[in-house]
Amino acid sequence: MIEITNLYKNFAKVEVLKGINLEIKKGGIFAILGPNGSGKTTLIKSILGMVIPRSGEIFINSTNIHNKWDYRKNINYLPQIANFPNNLSVIELIDMIKNLREKPTNDIELIELFALKPFLDKKLRNLSGGTRQKVNIVLAFMFDSEMLILDEPTTGLDPVSLIKLKKMIQLEKEKGKTIIITSHIMSFVEEIADEVVFLLDGNIYFKGTIAQLKSQTQQTNLELAIAGILTENNV
Amino acid sequence: MFKILKYSFFDLMRSRWSYVYFLFYLLLGFVLLFLNNDVSKAIITLLNIIIVIVPLIGTIFGIMYYYNSREFTELLLAQPLKRTTIFLGQYIGLSVSLSLSLLLGLGIPFLVYGLFESSEIWNFASLIIVGVFLTFIFVALAMNIALSNENRIKGFGYAILVWLFMAVIYDGLFLISLMLFNDYPLDKFSLIISMFNPIDLSRILILLKLDISALLGYTGALFNKFFGTNWGMFISFFVLSCWIVIPAWIIVYKSMRKDF
Amino acid sequence: MIRTFILLFLITFSIQIIAQQIEVCPTCKIKSIKEAVKKAKKGDRIVIKSGTYFETGIIIDKSLKLSGIGNPIIDGKNKGEVITIVADSVEVSGLTIINVISSFTQDDAAIKVKKANHFSIHDNTLKNVFFGITVQKSHHGLIENNTIASNATQEYNSGDGIHLWYSSDIEVISNKVSGLRDGIYLEFVSNSSVSKNYSSKNVRYGLHFMFSNNDKYTDNTFKNNGAGVAVMFSKKIKMFRNTFAKNWGSSSYGLLLKEIYDAEIEHNFFDQNTIGINVEGSTRIDYKNNDFINNGWAVKISGACYENKFNRNNFISNAFDISCQSKLNSNMFDQNYWSEYTGYDLDKNGIGDVPFRPVKLFSYIADQTPEAIVLLRSLFVDIINFSEKVSPVFTPDNLMDKNPLMKKIK
Repeated sequence: MIEITNLYKNFAKVEVLKGINLEIKKGGIFAILGPNGSGKTTLIKSILGMVIPRSGEIFINSTNIHNKWDYRKNINYLPQIANFPNNLSVIELIDMIKNLREKPTNDIELIELFALKPFLDKKLRNLSGGTRQKVNIVLAFMFDSEMLILDEPTTGLDPVSLIKLKKMIQLEKEKGKTIIITSHIMSFVEEIADEVVFLLDGNIYFKGTIAQLKSQTQQTNLELAIAGILTENNV
Repeated sequence: MFKILKYSFFDLMRSRWSYVYFLFYLLLGFVLLFLNNDVSKAIITLLNIIIVIVPLIGTIFGIMYYYNSREFTELLLAQPLKRTTIFLGQYIGLSVSLSLSLLLGLGIPFLVYGLFESSEIWNFASLIIVGVFLTFIFVALAMNIALSNENRIKGFGYAILVWLFMAVIYDGLFLISLMLFNDYPLDKFSLIISMFNPIDLSRILILLKLDISALLGYTGALFNKFFGTNWGMFISFFVLSCWIVIPAWIIVYKSMRKDF
Repeated sequence: MIRTFILLFLITFSIQIIAQQIEVCPTCKIKSIKEAVKKAKKGDRIVIKSGTYFETGIIIDKSLKLSGIGNPIIDGKNKGEVITIVADSVEVSGLTIINVISSFTQDDAAIKVKKANHFSIHDNTLKNVFFGITVQKSHHGLIENNTIASNATQEYNSGDGIHLWYSSDIEVISNKVSGLRDGIYLEFVSNSSVSKNYSSKNVRYGLHFMFSNNDKYTDNTFKNNGAGVAVMFSKKIKMFRNTFAKNWGSSSYGLLLKEIYDAEIEHNFFDQNTIGINVEGSTRIDYKNNDFINNGWAVKISGACYENKFNRNNFISNAFDISCQSKLNSNMFDQNYWSEYTGYDLDKNGIGDVPFRPVKLFSYIADQTPEAIVLLRSLFVDIINFSEKVSPVFTPDNLMDKNPLMKKIK
């Protein structure tokens, strides 16, 4: 369970998070939505400890994460842009992460699932965007952790891989895991998210289920609901 | 920490630049020794090169490595690792690999030449020790600059400026102040001033180790008296160590407060 | 014709009869040298055979030959002077004299020559002595092939190897002197020559001239002394083909010239000295065909120096070639080889087309501000030296070699 209280963050003069209070319950798929620059990634990175908040506290399983690192043992993270050390090969990267985390993995299955075998000995700099994202997904899913944080997981994926990804997310959910997702693909969110939080300008504009959001905006379609909010707020 | 160190180290060992650096020293060593045919002269020439090139390379590599390994750093930050571990690991990994290039690059030609049969082995050793210190110092300074500057061009510029200051401008100001205050006794002053610049300190340590100290006249005799004692040696290595520990500590401090 | 021959024969024969030979050995009738000297007549030869003789105060007051055969040892037991020569035409050879350090106030020597002419001291070994051979007010002597060694550590309580005072026409040849104060010392000595000696590890100087004129020293080697050679207050000294090596220390130098006139310095070899030649006031000196290699300063000049000429010398790998604390007046550098020279020779005549300035900016600064020397070999110093070389501003304008050679002189 994640509990965020009064979270503020600014980069130089730009306030990105303006007092976020949020509770994410254990289990289920939780989507963080919002327009570009609304603070989604900053929020995620704050939870991961990559961004240090100006003020406010984040508790994960009732422990304040400030200056802690071992709570990340139970978090798998899929970064938004699949930037990897360029002069490593795919297998070296996977081995390195395995070595660093020292947890049991199912990387072989995942490599097979995404047909990455021919790419294993290739340097990461020589891979296409889609393939890099697949590697990214393997790295994020290969450990058995309580919590998964996926920042734009669908970027660059072909339809077949997208289906595989969705299946994997569902599977993880069934295992009782907490999955936090950000995405711009509303159909994808609508399909898998149990609960959404909508960030606008560093504040939480809405939090609840998709059905609640639809009824609040009186729209039948999530995409239109979001668009409605945005135009209403002149974004 | 050791794992990060190892990955940084192997990452660098595979990079082209480490080889270039290594080959540069290898070539330099061979050329100096086999064209000159005189170990002690080669060591004096090496001194000139080491106190200029090692800091420069340390600075450039430090800054380049930090900027180029941002992805690697971000990947590591999401893992269950302490930030101190990540940054100190990278710092030490880089410094060790540069030091190793220096040691092997110069060591191999000297070994081939028969260093162990030469009385110059201790001079060579102190040259390498000073080189290693300078590497650690300037990599730390460069990483500090990189941590505080997101803009690569700016960071690079500042780093070169720091090198230029330490290697050239500092000595210029030093010399000017010596000439201005010519009427006062300046021995203690110059001793203290040269303590505060790691490049000057290293240069003087080596100069005194090599026989050149005789050229330094009365001032040199005073320096010799100071550095010749265990206490003086202790002080100078303490100062050099401070130049490593303090910037390294600032790396840790800054990294704890930085967003990625 | 035959008569003259017979006459000559008779003369030689008679001399041989007059000149007796006296043998001294521990088992002979005469057991001490002193006794032998006492018994000998003018012109006799005393043969000292192997054995150890504990004697001091042997005064030779008549023309005698003392010859050691089979390495006899005279042990002075540090009780005073061993041999004192006060008569003309005395020869001392083949002796080993040891332990002649009694007190530092009496200038005891192993062999002292006092107001005696035409002496010859050769092939002796003197060990652990205060002074080795002292010559006072004597003329026409030969000191050859002696080995003098001691363990001097401090100037004030040590003496010289070969010490000449108020003498003339002395030849000092092929001696080995080490571990004394001055290896060879000349004061008020004229028309003498010092050659082929090897002077090393002496506390002060390998060779030292004071107030001595018209002397020459050639083919000597001075190595690892406090300083190599000092020539002070002297005129017309010739210095040829000597080697000054490794006189290395914070105040050391190969050759010191202090207030001297009309000297000729040719074909000497200066290698690894802190200062090759340290000049403190000199006039009309010719430096020709010398090699200055690997010195800190090849030539360091201070005080008044007039009309000195540097021709055809090699300056190779010195930290500083010339340093000059005073204004040099009418001094000439011409056709020297400078390893620092980077000019070109378009007309291929072996002479560089641009002049060479042997005074570096940094050596100029270091002369003004001695503490600045701690910046030696720093990048900044290299940069200012380079810029000064490209466009000279500070270094003396007239101090240059207009015809620098492109190749080393062999």
